[in-house]
Amino acid sequence: MAFLVNYFKTIYKTLKSLLTGMKVTGYYFTHLREIHTEEYPDNRATLTMFDRFRGEVIMPHNTDNEHRCTGCQACEIACPNGSIKIITKQELLPDGKKKKRIDTFVYHLDLCTMCNLCVVSCPSDAIVMGQNFEHSVYDKKTLKKILNNPDSKLMAGVE
Amino acid sequence: MRGLIEENIITEDGEFILNIGPQHPSTHGVLHLKVWLDGETIKKIEPHIGYIHRSIEKMSERLSYRNFIFATSRMDYLAAHINNEACALTIEKALQIEATPRAKFVRTILSELTRLASHQLWWGCTGLDLGAVTPFFYAFREREAIMAIMEETCGARLTQNFMVPGGIMTDIHPNFQQRTKDILEQIKGKYKEYDDIMSGNVIFENRTKGVGYLSKEDAISFGVTGPTARASGVSCDIRKWNPYSAYDQVEFDEILSNGGDCYARYQVRMKEMRQSVSIIEQLIDNIPEGDFQEKTKMVIKLPKGEYYQRVETPRGELGVYLVSDGSANPYRIKYRSPNFSNLSVLPAIAKGYKIGDLVAIMATIDLVIPDIDR
Repeated sequence: MAFLVNYFKTIYKTLKSLLTGMKVTGYYFTHLREIHTEEYPDNRATLTMFDRFRGEVIMPHNTDNEHRCTGCQACEIACPNGSIKIITKQELLPDGKKKKRIDTFVYHLDLCTMCNLCVVSCPSDAIVMGQNFEHSVYDKKTLKKILNNPDSKLMAGVE
Repeated sequence: MRGLIEENIITEDGEFILNIGPQHPSTHGVLHLKVWLDGETIKKIEPHIGYIHRSIEKMSERLSYRNFIFATSRMDYLAAHINNEACALTIEKALQIEATPRAKFVRTILSELTRLASHQLWWGCTGLDLGAVTPFFYAFREREAIMAIMEETCGARLTQNFMVPGGIMTDIHPNFQQRTKDILEQIKGKYKEYDDIMSGNVIFENRTKGVGYLSKEDAISFGVTGPTARASGVSCDIRKWNPYSAYDQVEFDEILSNGGDCYARYQVRMKEMRQSVSIIEQLIDNIPEGDFQEKTKMVIKLPKGEYYQRVETPRGELGVYLVSDGSANPYRIKYRSPNFSNLSVLPAIAKGYKIGDLVAIMATIDLVIPDIDR
């Protein structure tokens, strides 16, 4: 007799626990407004990333094609992976003095871990983190980027 | 690698050798378990590790004290904040400075949010391992909101690298407090849902109750820490015993259980989520004003000596042992990772159970493989 009571008790408990769980899933099945998923490639037009999101290192230029990079190489030292390489040149200034200026700011996106240490270490705020995250390419050579625009100059007043 | 993976063979004693992994969904990574079976009963387990070894310790030796922290995000990637914090705390200990009060509070809040996110993922994956697909999506709904907080304030979702020696990298985002409060309210409303769909489910109970028993003595002698040890009654919460950051200013309970089986480990983690929520609630409105970072030199040089700092990750005790020879690079760094010790107990507790139970045991120990290999 005790066996039978136990048997039916187990069946009752099992059914009850399964129905409790089904109640939760049933709630979401009938409440379509509570769906949280986004269909990524379809929402590209409306998708905005957070302003601090680290997608890649970029060097902002103003309308006169001027940047703020003085070529101090603080970011190159701060980078743990060696993804930044700065090539400098000597430039003749109008007053006859020679000054160190950047020639090319080479950035290896394929080595970068987006740790933000270069941006934090920059004394003149020349580089920032961009929000672009779609980096897939067919040729890995295109991941080596030159951040300063051709014929760009150092912004006046930045030392 | 060919030598390690033997073909599935039957030995002379009639035992069947089964290779689970290195690529298997229930091992949560590239862990290779060589299992000796008698029928379906487990006789012996040999874990083979090293498939994802990246030599983070050796790599750190050629990086400066500011630079090596980023690599620790890749150890226990579900608790990147806490790993980074451990390294930052070690350097602060050596420099004999302390983070600013604001940084301490933010560090604690972010660590607890990390713990919540990690436990959410674990909860979903445990369900997935034991045959329930739905909890995974519910867990990721809350986890996604926490990831959004991380993304907004720190700039990255998993490998944040937000802790620097002396404080935090940048100040918190203006939306940080409001978003955190919102997610706490959301999680508090979902406790009942979690219990309804998993904790009380009869299939789940049958698969976890009395399975994978770990005794208190075994837990201590194998060096098991974290929720796995606390489910066996070992009091080992570093946040309680050796408070760091702002943990000495909050009140919370250390969750202990004497069950020792998979169900006890499950319950301990579910209750820890509630404690994390309560810790964040105590701190979120009281973040002190002031600097977010203590001034440190551009090139950090630590005084000669040995330094050790331990923190509590969602999986147990993480220790950072740092030897400095006075230069700008660490002489030696050793991480005492919780998952390595927790894995060592797996062969002992899985013996005698069925092969289906092994999945439940592995799920509730909550292994993260990159932390084992480093």
